[in-house]
Amino acid sequence: MKELQTSLITETVANLCKKANYYLPADVVAALEKAYKEEPSPAGKDALRQLLENQRIAREEDCPMCQDTGLAVVYLDLGQEVHVVGGDLYAAVEEGVRQGYIKGYLRKSAVRQPFSARVNTKDNTPPIIHTRIVPGDKLKITVLPKGAGSENMSALGMLTPAKGVEGVKEFVIQTVDKAGSNPCPPIIVGVGIGGTADKTMEIAKEAVLRPIGQRNPDPEVAALETELLEKINKLGIGPQGFGGKVTALAVNVETFPAHIASMPVAVCIQCNAARQAAAEL
Amino acid sequence: MKIKAPLDEKTVLSLKAGDTAEISGTIYVARDAAHKRMVEALDRGEKLPFDPEGAVIYYMGPSPAKPGQVIGSAGPTTSGRMDPYTPRLLSIGVKGMIGKGNRSQVVKEAIQKYKAVYMAAIGGAAALLRKRIVRSEPIAYEDLGAEAVLRLEVEDFPVTVINDVHGNDLYEQGKKEWGAKLASLA
Repeated sequence: MKELQTSLITETVANLCKKANYYLPADVVAALEKAYKEEPSPAGKDALRQLLENQRIAREEDCPMCQDTGLAVVYLDLGQEVHVVGGDLYAAVEEGVRQGYIKGYLRKSAVRQPFSARVNTKDNTPPIIHTRIVPGDKLKITVLPKGAGSENMSALGMLTPAKGVEGVKEFVIQTVDKAGSNPCPPIIVGVGIGGTADKTMEIAKEAVLRPIGQRNPDPEVAALETELLEKINKLGIGPQGFGGKVTALAVNVETFPAHIASMPVAVCIQCNAARQAAAEL
Repeated sequence: MKIKAPLDEKTVLSLKAGDTAEISGTIYVARDAAHKRMVEALDRGEKLPFDPEGAVIYYMGPSPAKPGQVIGSAGPTTSGRMDPYTPRLLSIGVKGMIGKGNRSQVVKEAIQKYKAVYMAAIGGAAALLRKRIVRSEPIAYEDLGAEAVLRLEVEDFPVTVINDVHGNDLYEQGKKEWGAKLASLA
């Protein structure tokens, strides 16, 4: 049994919050560069040029690439051989978010009592924590700062099984089409199919974390991803919605077995500032 | 083209959907909670925290400034959330709005009626846009933190015109034009 101090978890989460918000992952930068080369619309191309310059400035100056530094979504892949010592695991993660957002000059965007007073919590807590118990003696922490411009465009469809794959395609494409310029395209589209309402939303969000260009190992799902990306990139929305080809950088689909009577479909949209950072302890 | 803020009517009339412009001058920052308060203030017969005549409102909530910085990262937020408050503000003289994302039909009609313009800055380009802001000071609702009303001095702040006084909408036109072009390429 490996012991892991909560103080180290706090420090790691704080660093990941800063890192995620300052440094756009290499696969996203590469995808934006490819989009810049391929975008035929002048307005779309100019938007991509500004986004590439923006991520370079953020990287060089250690500042947030987007002012909406999001709610902190934190994934904990906790090895079952790990014994967390020195306090409460979730409190340690929350403290890491607090320190990261305060010391990292990140925006505090969390409000309490969402339907009435909406008073800012002033330290961007609480985070949204997802814990998965896995084999081994490591703790992998992934921080996904999720901005509201894209998150507000999420959608859940409780489709009937009779709708089939055509129903799935229609739901995903309609969701992206309706979102238009709002989620700051070019976007990454995470799709969940199957499970229950909550499960399909969960796997749709996990799908946006997958590296760009990596296909689902199931060939049938991979083919669906390719077809959806092609269709989305013919809508004409383009970078920032100015009109153009590259509306999405990737479509990633995850599936889960479903009830005989259900075919839930979830869409999680990630903006061009597709931030994430991970560390293993 | 280069334009000055506050905006005069001649400038507003000259701007067309799809134009790119660089704004210099004074603009005001307000987003969700500040809009709610401003309209509530107007309902009570009070004034806005700034002179609305020709004013440009930037929908934005910056990240905190690091020591030595004028302002933190400062990109646009989704404008549609301000739609319920916008016609009221245009009716008292506000001429320009900077944000990103679609506006409602009611707002588009108000833009024509009151001769105003809606412009987009690049969503996600907050570190780059920060560099075009040369001065920033809070002028109202400081208790709202990142949602306080700010007065900004900007130099060559880059925007693209989305909705103009002639009823054009770049989001609709761009999508239609490129949707057709991409279909014909296939």
